[in-house]
Amino acid sequence: MTLPLPWPFDREYMQLALASGVAVGACAPLIGTFLVQKRLSLMGDGVGHMAFAGVAAGLLAGVSPLWTALAVAVAGAATVEWLRLRRRASGDLALAVFFYTGIAGAVVLTGLAGSLNAGVLTYLFGSVLTVSPADARGICLLAAAILAVIAVSWRALFAVALDEEAARVAGLPVDALSMGLAALTAVTVVAAMRVVGVLLVAALMVLPVGAAQRLARSFGATLRWAVAVGVGSVVVGLAVARAGGLAPGGTIVLVASGAFALTAVFDIGRRRARASA
Amino acid sequence: MPLSEGRSAPGAADALALEGVSFSYGRHAVLEDVSLRVGRGEFVALAGPNGSGKSTLVRVALGLTPASSGQVRLLGQAPNRLKQRWRVGYVPQRGGAVDQLPATVEEVVASGCVARRGWARRPRHDEHERTGRALDVVALADRRRVPITELSGGQQQRVFIARALVSEPELLVLDEPVAGVDAESQARFRDAIVTRCRHDGVAVLLVSHELGAVAEDLDRVLVLRGGRVAFDGPPAALRAEGVSLGVHRTDLPVWLEGLA
Repeated sequence: MTLPLPWPFDREYMQLALASGVAVGACAPLIGTFLVQKRLSLMGDGVGHMAFAGVAAGLLAGVSPLWTALAVAVAGAATVEWLRLRRRASGDLALAVFFYTGIAGAVVLTGLAGSLNAGVLTYLFGSVLTVSPADARGICLLAAAILAVIAVSWRALFAVALDEEAARVAGLPVDALSMGLAALTAVTVVAAMRVVGVLLVAALMVLPVGAAQRLARSFGATLRWAVAVGVGSVVVGLAVARAGGLAPGGTIVLVASGAFALTAVFDIGRRRARASA
Repeated sequence: MPLSEGRSAPGAADALALEGVSFSYGRHAVLEDVSLRVGRGEFVALAGPNGSGKSTLVRVALGLTPASSGQVRLLGQAPNRLKQRWRVGYVPQRGGAVDQLPATVEEVVASGCVARRGWARRPRHDEHERTGRALDVVALADRRRVPITELSGGQQQRVFIARALVSEPELLVLDEPVAGVDAESQARFRDAIVTRCRHDGVAVLLVSHELGAVAEDLDRVLVLRGGRVAFDGPPAALRAEGVSLGVHRTDLPVWLEGLA
C-alpha cells in the first residue's frame, strides 16, 4: 500500500522508513531526556552493544535476532541499573563493563557463525530502507507502548531523575522506576536498531535532548522539543539521504548533530545578548 | 520538658525516635549507642563537627541506611514499615546538582506531590494551589515560572524546601540547608521553618553548622561528637556552658571544632 505523499516519501519503502523512523525519532529522545538528566547519557550506547551481542546470538541460533536482542538488552540494562542502585559500581563503570562485554561477545558469536555476514551489518548500521511492513508495524507498536508508559510515569521519572534520594524518602518506588526506565531504554534500542543501527542508536537518545535543553525553559518543554528535534531529524535525514544517495542512518544522526550545533550557537548568542543587556 | 519520658518510651508520640542506634562501616563505628527524639511540633537542631556522623544519622533515621543495631521509629513506625512516606519531608544537602536541569521552579516543587498521590496518577486539581502555597512560604511565589538554574544557590535551596513542604509533611528533615547561603535567604529560610513548626505543628530536625539564623527559635540542640550524643538540651543550657548561638557569632562552629 502506497500513500499519496509528496517526494521524497512517494515510494512505499520510503513511507515504511518514515513510519518506523518517526516512531523511533519520537521515543528515543523521550527516554533519553531522563537518561541525560540521570547522567546516564551513554546508557543507550551500552545497551546497544549488548543488543548487538543478542543479534549475533540469534543469528547463530537461527532464531529471530530481534527477540534475542530484546532479551539480552533488557537483562543487561536491568543489571547495569541494579549495580548502580546497589552502589556496587558507579553508573559509568557498570556501563563500560557491559559495553565491552557486549561488543566482545558479539565478535566471538559472529566469528562462530562464520564471517561477518550481511545480516549482522544490517543491525550495526541500520537498514531503514529495507524495513518490511511487518517490521514497521512492530516498531510502531513498540513505540506506542513506550509513549503510553511515559505518559503515565513521566512525573515520577522526573522526580527520580531530579533527586533519587529525596524521591526514595518520599516513598516513590525508585528501584522499580529506575529498572523500568532501563527496560524502556532496551526496548527503544531494539526498536531503533533497524532504523539507525546499533552504533548510532544512542545518538538519537542524546543529541535531540542536548538541543532541547538549550531551547526549553521547563522540563515539559524539554520533552516536547526533544521529540520535535528527534522527529524532525528523521524526516529531514531521510529526505537528504534519498536526494543525495547517502546512508540514511548516518544522515539522520548528522542532521541531529547539526540541530545540536545550531542550538548551541543560538544559546551562546542569547547569553551574550542577555549579558550585554 | 519530657525528655526522659521520651527516652524511655520512644514511639507513637514522637515524630522521630532513635533508641541505642549504632552503625558501622566494616570495623569503623560511625554511630555508637545514639538515642534521641524529636517530638511532634518540636524544632530540634543537630550539630557536630565534620565527621561526627551527622549525615549517617540522618540516613539511618530516614531508613535510607539500616542501623547495625538499635531501634528507629519514624512517625511511630520502623522506617521500612512506614507506608505514607510523604509524611516525612527531606531536604538533602546540595552540591550544584541542578546546574543543567531544564526545569522551572514550579515543576521542581510540584514533583514533591507525586509520591503522595501515587506515582502513576494524574495531578490532582488542588496541587497547583498547594504548590503556590509552598512557594509563598519560602517567598518565591514570583519566581514560579523561572528555570531553577537562573536562581541563586540560596533561592534554589528554598525551592527544595518548598518541594519538601508541598506534601504537607509532619516531620521535616533538613541536611545543611543554609551552608553558604546569603543572609536574605537565611532570614527567609528561618521564617519558612518557624512558620511550619509553630503554626502547623510540623516537627523539624535541622542538621547544621550554622544555627545563628534560628538560634532564638530552637526547642533543643543535639550535639553529636565521635558518633555519640555529647549534648542534648535547650539552647539556654548550651549558652550556660558559654557557647552562643547568636546570629553574628562564630562560637558554635569554633566550639564544635574544639570537640573533634
